[in-house]
Amino acid sequence: MKTPYSEKVIEHFKNPRNVGRIEDADGKSTEGSPACGDMVSVYIKVDDDTKVIEDIKFESYGCASNIATGSIITELAKGKTIEEAKKVTWKQAAEALGGLPPVKAHCSVLAVEGLRAAIRDFEERHGLITEREPTTVEILRKRLRHVMNPLTGLDAVRTELIKDIQVEDGTVKVVVDLPETHQFANVIKEDIKEKVEPLWDVKEVIVKFSE
Amino acid sequence: MDGVYLDNAAATRMDERVFEAMKPYFFETYAVATSEFGYSLGIEAKEALDDARLTLASLLGGAPEEFVFTSGSTESSNLAVKGVAQALAKKKGTHIIVTKIEDFPVLNSAKALERQGMTVTYLETDETGLVNLEQLKEAITSDTVLVSIQHANQEIGTLQDIKAAAEICEEKEVLFHTDATHTFTRVPFDVRKIPADLVTVSPHTIHGPKGVGGLYIREGTPIAKLMDGGFQESNRRAGLENIPGAVGFAKAAELVTPEENEQLKEMRDLLIDRLLSEIPDTILNGHRKKRVPQNANVTFHYVEGESITLHLDMRGFAVSTGSACFSKSLEASHVIMGIGGDHERAHGSVRFTLGRYNTGEDVNAAVDAAADVVKSLRKISPLGKK
Repeated sequence: MKTPYSEKVIEHFKNPRNVGRIEDADGKSTEGSPACGDMVSVYIKVDDDTKVIEDIKFESYGCASNIATGSIITELAKGKTIEEAKKVTWKQAAEALGGLPPVKAHCSVLAVEGLRAAIRDFEERHGLITEREPTTVEILRKRLRHVMNPLTGLDAVRTELIKDIQVEDGTVKVVVDLPETHQFANVIKEDIKEKVEPLWDVKEVIVKFSE
Repeated sequence: MDGVYLDNAAATRMDERVFEAMKPYFFETYAVATSEFGYSLGIEAKEALDDARLTLASLLGGAPEEFVFTSGSTESSNLAVKGVAQALAKKKGTHIIVTKIEDFPVLNSAKALERQGMTVTYLETDETGLVNLEQLKEAITSDTVLVSIQHANQEIGTLQDIKAAAEICEEKEVLFHTDATHTFTRVPFDVRKIPADLVTVSPHTIHGPKGVGGLYIREGTPIAKLMDGGFQESNRRAGLENIPGAVGFAKAAELVTPEENEQLKEMRDLLIDRLLSEIPDTILNGHRKKRVPQNANVTFHYVEGESITLHLDMRGFAVSTGSACFSKSLEASHVIMGIGGDHERAHGSVRFTLGRYNTGEDVNAAVDAAADVVKSLRKISPLGKK
């Protein structure tokens, strides 16, 4: 069989680890990207004293890279403290899987976001986070690092695909350095909107192309 | 290939008889098609080309002079849409009409014309993919130069009422093109009964060669030449003729029989009936009756298509999906979205397309495998659970 996926990806795709739900989870999240067609739910059980992730389960609606990344992040996070688990990156997950095709980066980054969101949920529920920050260009830049450039498999900020970010009165303007007719223009636009729209004080997201 | 190939709408295994028919034109009669005043080998080549043209034109009910060979259905549809638009832009108008669910050659030709300043109306369809003919009537203006409506859809197989659409255009004196890539020889089409001015056809879907296609152009249809060069194809398409391709095209078209189409229909119905009745939360995409014989397309809710196709591939079944992850643009199927589906419906859609080399056994094995794969993926999925 011919496939662009590594053996490890195929193995996790065929036999995903830690699948399912935790009914009395201490933290949970569902991260979804309808435009890409992927969705991940992550459930964690955290020890109150040590803050160690004792159990973790995931569910995935998505392609092979999404399922495999969901599976690998549960393995990477299990037994770690929430502070350690927060630092698990997409790159580590991809490396643990023996690499992922660049074009699939944006499908797999979701699982890593799911893990972080589940930890954030735990922190919020346990009063570890207090107030909401207003959205700044810096926050947006950080968030948009989760938009993956399908051409390179690297994030859109670092690869300078995102040329400009502005925020004013709840309106966010993002300029993408691609012609509007580019093969991936629509998918990148949707991806940016999905990452920015959920921010509590954002009312509108305008994505512009450079040419 | 070992295993079961069910992606015959994309490409087909060539029939050995087609290959045999083409062979002499690679090794013996390999000359250019000369004029009748050329040398013997060139005249022979020309005769082979003329014969192929006659066969194909006749199958459409047209005259040989009305049939132009191209490099495939993509070029045929480009020539039809852009060629007519260019020929009439100054004389008549700059408006064209297509459907939202056209295949990319027509759709992206329309978009290219739009970027050059033309106006395009994208017709809506109902949820089975049938075009709203009332909307077509209303959309035609004095500025309209071309209407292009596909005969059958590439993904969901829905057959349009192409006669009614063509007649509306005839009455309003607007040129009509149809992309018949997925119906040629599978569904009757006769230009003496259906007043279409341009028809795209191709052998790659009927066990013929790739890299050759055809465009029927009704006599008198104004059309600009897109490919500049020599005076081949009665000066409508330049380029050295692909004679083995043309011969193979004609042979492939001749080999399709009404009996075979009936068999495909039976297998299609078996496939659709079993998928819908045996796999819960499965819906049909396209029209149940107005459908090409070789196409079945369903959405398995709560699961994603690339995962399904990859699992099926591991078990030896080749199928395709309208999921974004499967497409080269990372966008969900414009067809499923165009018929009013949401992203989930597109991402979970799987297309099975049948051909000459499939059997009822293949169909049954495919349904069994799909049922198993969908079940295991649903176990992982966060969707659809109570």
